[in-house]
Amino acid sequence: MDFELTEFQSDLATGVRRLCEGRFALDTLRRAEGSDRVVERDGWRQLGGAGVFNLCLGEDTGGLGLGLADAALVFEELGRALVPGPLVASHLAAGLIEGADDGSVVVGLVERPSGGSGATASGGLAIPVVPVVPVVPVVIEHLADLDVLLAVSDEGVTSIEPSTLDATRMGRPMDPLTPLWSVSSLPAGTPVAGADVSARWRRDGAVLTAALQIGAAAWTTELAVEYAKERKQFGRPIGGFQAIKHLCADMVVRTEVARAAVHAAAVTVDQPDVGDALVAAAGAKLLADEAALANGRSCIQVHGGMGFTWEVPAHLAYKRARVLATQFGTDHELAQSLAQSLAQSLAQ
Amino acid sequence: MDLRYTQAEQSFRTGLRTWLADTLPALPSKPSPNDWPGRRAYDTHWQRLLFDAGYAGVDWPVEGGGRGSSPVEQLIFKEELERAHAPYVGVNFVGLLHAGPTVIAEGTPEQRQRYLPPILRGDEVWCQGFSEPDAGSDLASLRTRAVRDGDEYVVTGSKIWTSHAEVADYCELLVRTGAEDSRHRGITWLILPMDSAGVEIRPLTTIAGSAEFAELFLDGVRIPVSNRVGDENDGWRVTMVTLSFERGTAFVGDLLEAIELLSKSVALAHRTGAWSDPGVRRQAGHLKAELDALWALTKRNVSQAARTGVPGIGGTVFKLAYTETRQKLGEFSLSLLGRAGLAAHDSEGLDGLGSLPAEAMVEDWLRGISLTIAAGTSQIQRNIVGERILGLPKEPIRGL
Ligand SMILES: Cc1cc2nc3c(=O)[nH]c(=O)nc-3n(C[C@H](O)[C@H](O)[C@H](O)COP(=O)(O)OP(=O)(O)OC[C@H]3O[C@@H](n4cnc5c(N)ncnc54)[C@H](O)[C@@H]3O)c2cc1C
Repeated sequence: MDFELTEFQSDLATGVRRLCEGRFALDTLRRAEGSDRVVERDGWRQLGGAGVFNLCLGEDTGGLGLGLADAALVFEELGRALVPGPLVASHLAAGLIEGADDGSVVVGLVERPSGGSGATASGGLAIPVVPVVPVVPVVIEHLADLDVLLAVSDEGVTSIEPSTLDATRMGRPMDPLTPLWSVSSLPAGTPVAGADVSARWRRDGAVLTAALQIGAAAWTTELAVEYAKERKQFGRPIGGFQAIKHLCADMVVRTEVARAAVHAAAVTVDQPDVGDALVAAAGAKLLADEAALANGRSCIQVHGGMGFTWEVPAHLAYKRARVLATQFGTDHELAQSLAQSLAQSLAQ
Repeated sequence: MDLRYTQAEQSFRTGLRTWLADTLPALPSKPSPNDWPGRRAYDTHWQRLLFDAGYAGVDWPVEGGGRGSSPVEQLIFKEELERAHAPYVGVNFVGLLHAGPTVIAEGTPEQRQRYLPPILRGDEVWCQGFSEPDAGSDLASLRTRAVRDGDEYVVTGSKIWTSHAEVADYCELLVRTGAEDSRHRGITWLILPMDSAGVEIRPLTTIAGSAEFAELFLDGVRIPVSNRVGDENDGWRVTMVTLSFERGTAFVGDLLEAIELLSKSVALAHRTGAWSDPGVRRQAGHLKAELDALWALTKRNVSQAARTGVPGIGGTVFKLAYTETRQKLGEFSLSLLGRAGLAAHDSEGLDGLGSLPAEAMVEDWLRGISLTIAAGTSQIQRNIVGERILGLPKEPIRGL
């Protein structure tokens, strides 16, 4: 047992961090704020070239043949850099939708309401791609950028031609780098995969989304700490005040606990004999969401009035965390799934 | 990142499991919580059994008489003991986890020979005399005085919160040998025989109602200079060296016990009907996520220790998170008992299914309260994370 990163894994993460710093610097990304399209095709292909989408595909099908643990490290870096776009969806679709693997095709994902909400419909542990609430329309991220939209249900995956949707662009999306559309219903679409694939996507999607969240949680910690060292009040750096220092310490604790959970979930998917991967995924997503949200919030607080400005990017991380927290299981759904697993192990 | 155990690790586990299965049924019955001589006898007997089977000091280096197991084996050791409901380390805690490792690292060959084997065999029990009435979190301000007189130190002062003092043979004692304001530069580490003249022990009762710890009054106690570990005025460093023995396994037993408590709480919630409340299920599910994550973090910390040989900062992060999760769990289990949880007493349930587990749950809740205080309060741990991990400005200290 050695739960530390291998040298290869550290190098992989470093490589993606460099790519993000060079190609997806926040200042560059921010030029797309508020637009319909935030996926820049060239950059998306570069992500494809770096293996972001085909990482877990077998080498015989043109992939890198790596595990979800490796992918989680890559997604942590993407989350840290706040790279926008349907990253998880395109990763999951690689191998199923032609062109998703190399980044030439952008794929989105949504839960099909009629097929039930996963967690409840199947009776077992399942994590819906997005929550299905009766009055709420289907909300689709990045629609204008999508070449393919996939709808997941308990029965399987269907493909929908994005241009056929009668969708309304939602004004003032919370995250200026995640444009949103709403539709009142989804067309049937063409079946492309079965129930096994939707089950796997829900689980792996939760792990990768959780990885994005811990990346952001780590980044907002750094941002807050940097500011706490720099900003002086009452004649000394605010980071010397315990009220601030302890906020920052809690950010570290949340991130490290959630990171251990996310890595363990990813490893458990790759090494199924070490535990229950679905339970691990649900727990990891729950804690990663909380870490990203609470750290985003703390980061703003540490920045004081500056934190409430559009200019300081703390709000971008906080808002992105809110978007991601609605994907692949909300806190309520995840905690209920975990409770169900507790009840099941009691029955055994 | 690999969570699978190697062949060697698995056979270590299998051997241990077999031994536990053979040994545990023959243990004497547990003494009552306030029978301290009985507890000492029970805990040291268990230590002797471990010793005879070659499992004493799994985490001690071979030079110190230990088994010299890898951090992963140490993790397996603690995991298997807890899963088998083996006795806790109990009164052997300070000897095995603190004083022993200190003597190994900093003691003279004579001291090692004299003090280490009896710890491993369960013959001698140690306690820790660090904290004082006026020196808790600010340990470096301690005032218990040691004045050199020939080949003895004459020690006067008082210690407090000394766990297991009443049944201990020796105390690892921090004393002031430097100037009054010398802080960590003027502290010395001494071995105090508890039967020395001038040592008075006054038991203190905890909020759980047990005499777990005591006050120690030292009035002109003479301690031979040969009982000093490390140099005079170098005791702070000596103490810090000990901490580097930690391999991330300090809370393994505790954590697994918490996981079991959660499943007992879920069973109780089913029995009372509380489980039909989504709010209750949500709390339980959340606690499960936290405990699973802490188990993963333990594996991360152990793996880091195995790679680097040093504990790293993970232990502080773990303690902060774990102690708060444990307290939440305590609150959760207590809430399920309703008013039956107002006494540490197993009332008979009205469903005819036997008694309600109030005694264990109330005890656990009470003990949980100490977790964010003992061994460095959570506030101090947050300072440590802020200052040592994040590099934020240090706390201002008067006189420095
Ligand atoms: C069950 C138990 C067993 C123990 N066993 C032993 C033992 O065997 N041997 C031994 O030597 N000691 C032992 N201790 C003592 C323990 O180490 C101390 O209680 C602990 O270090 C805190 O010191 P204190 O009690 O003096 O509290 P104080 O230091 O007085 O703290 C009081 C409060 O002030 C806060 N505070 C203090 N300084 C700061 C600061 N700089 N910033 C922010 N907040 C601060 C603390 O967090 C705490 O909330 C034990 C304690 C317990 C509870």
